[in-house]
Amino acid sequence: MQPTDTLTSAARALTAHPTRTWLTLAAMAFATAAVVLLSALGEGARRYVLDEFMQLGTHLLIIVPGRHETTGGMPPLFGETPRDLTLGDAQALLRSRHVERVAPITVGAAEVSVGALSREVTILGSTADFIDVRRLTLAAGRFLPPGDPDRALPVAVLGQTLAEALFRGESPIGRRLRIGDRRFRVIGLLSAGGVSLGSNLADAAIIPVASAQALFDDPGLFRVLVQAGGRESLDTAADDIRAIIRARHEGEDDVTVITQDALLGTFDRILGALTLAVAGIAAISLAVAGVLIMNVMLVSVSQRTPEVGLLKALGARQRDVLGLFLTEALLLACAGTVAGIALAYAGVWLFNAQFPAFQLVVPVWAPLAAALVSIGTGLLFGLLPARRAARLDPVRALNEA
Amino acid sequence: MIELHGIERRFQVGDQVVHALRDLDLTLADGDYAAVMGPSGSGKSTLLNILGLLDRPDAGSYRLDGIETTRLPEERRARLRRERIGFVFQAFHLIPRLTAAENVELPLTLAGRPVRERRQQVAAALEAMGLTPRADHRPDQLSGGQRQRVAIARATVTRPGLLLADEPTGNLDRASGDDVIAALEALNAQGLTLVVVTHDQHLGERARRRIHMDDGAVLAD
Repeated sequence: MQPTDTLTSAARALTAHPTRTWLTLAAMAFATAAVVLLSALGEGARRYVLDEFMQLGTHLLIIVPGRHETTGGMPPLFGETPRDLTLGDAQALLRSRHVERVAPITVGAAEVSVGALSREVTILGSTADFIDVRRLTLAAGRFLPPGDPDRALPVAVLGQTLAEALFRGESPIGRRLRIGDRRFRVIGLLSAGGVSLGSNLADAAIIPVASAQALFDDPGLFRVLVQAGGRESLDTAADDIRAIIRARHEGEDDVTVITQDALLGTFDRILGALTLAVAGIAAISLAVAGVLIMNVMLVSVSQRTPEVGLLKALGARQRDVLGLFLTEALLLACAGTVAGIALAYAGVWLFNAQFPAFQLVVPVWAPLAAALVSIGTGLLFGLLPARRAARLDPVRALNEA
Repeated sequence: MIELHGIERRFQVGDQVVHALRDLDLTLADGDYAAVMGPSGSGKSTLLNILGLLDRPDAGSYRLDGIETTRLPEERRARLRRERIGFVFQAFHLIPRLTAAENVELPLTLAGRPVRERRQQVAAALEAMGLTPRADHRPDQLSGGQRQRVAIARATVTRPGLLLADEPTGNLDRASGDDVIAALEALNAQGLTLVVVTHDQHLGERARRRIHMDDGAVLAD
């Protein structure tokens, strides 16, 4: 038989049972759509998280005291206690021409009170550059004043949630409050957008780093955020930072420099794997649809047994019959897949129109993988019924009616 | 030319072995017209299936136009069926979703012939059966006699040398039955070897050779 004849014969056999064909197509289409939609959901989540990270700034370096990476050298003989990362260290980093801004950070928890109202919140000590390094914006007032970071000014910038809790909707600017046993004046209010992955600045107060060090009685820094001159100078900036710290710490390499890229890469891998897993689970529904195709084909073969007998009497070879039924199964799978991919894109479009804040993104591989898997399913599950048809005994098949 | 020698065909029915054909010899010359007659279970359908290469004998030799067929692989037997044998069944066996012309076209399609050649041969076969105006009708739009003539057109569209008819008038009234017989005999007159299996005495009398069978053997020829 010529391939085109096989194709038209199979198509006509399918259209002879419209209900059965439509139902099978629907099952296949829904399964394919599930795979594509779920992977679009995963990809959307990945992009959402990456975007959040981008808000932190892409040329960000984070310096953490202590060495967290092993280099495979000799184990330290003298118990290596990492040196504190000090304000002086942070200021010294500005000597590198690849470092644009430096924001030292101390973190602690303290009770913040206004009159009788009090709240235990995160207190962040930093400098004027913090707002630019973290890409934050203010809703009112101003941020910490620039100048000597060693001066412990009694000023604070509040997050939205904290300000709301303490001042009940009144403007907090210029008001006084207590943090621990010290008095501070509110000079700024962060905008609501100040929530970003990892830390919630809405329920926090930001004070000058020297004030925080005095408050917590700890000269060590929690982190130092460094903004490099550009994306391309990240590596040189990291090298400079290590060299500067080493020089200041008597040759000890006792800090860890994390680049934004490394962090981003990790999240990217985790979320990518998650997307694949979710798509894999959805692929189970494809297998279910495949079983349905097999069922339909088996019914079709038993209903058309006399027809198979006739084809054999007319000189059809086993492979002609096999080809006919396999083509039918494949047609079902292909048409279902095409409809399913169209359905998925329609669903994505609808969702994105409804929820602009979280966008679904269909990854390029998803429709391709869905198509491959469902065509494979069609072949696999179509094979058994087709072989049954091909091996029918013509005499018995003809007399069965 | 058909030569059967010592054909045996046994079936297992429960724990009993039934001899459908025993040590059967039969020779049919090209252009022969034979009616195979006998009671139910006498083996006439089995004989027809073996002649049509749909079934294999358990023993014996079947030479079709000089080709020993009993040991040929299935592939080759399918090809012989396609090229040299035409079937006409009691139940017509037309495919209901296809038109008359498409049903007739089926053997040519299976043989992988080009579309233009197919169209011409189908038109000629339908014309010979007087069915040209019915070419685009589906089987359920045709009378019984018309359906059987579509089946004959299908059986002869590949111009086989041998036409096997199993009770071709069994599902038809007398008038359409006579039409169908006339059509078959006209083909025989053109040189086609015709073998008709029938219960019908009237039909049997018309054949040049009458083969009476009982219990898997030829009683009279």
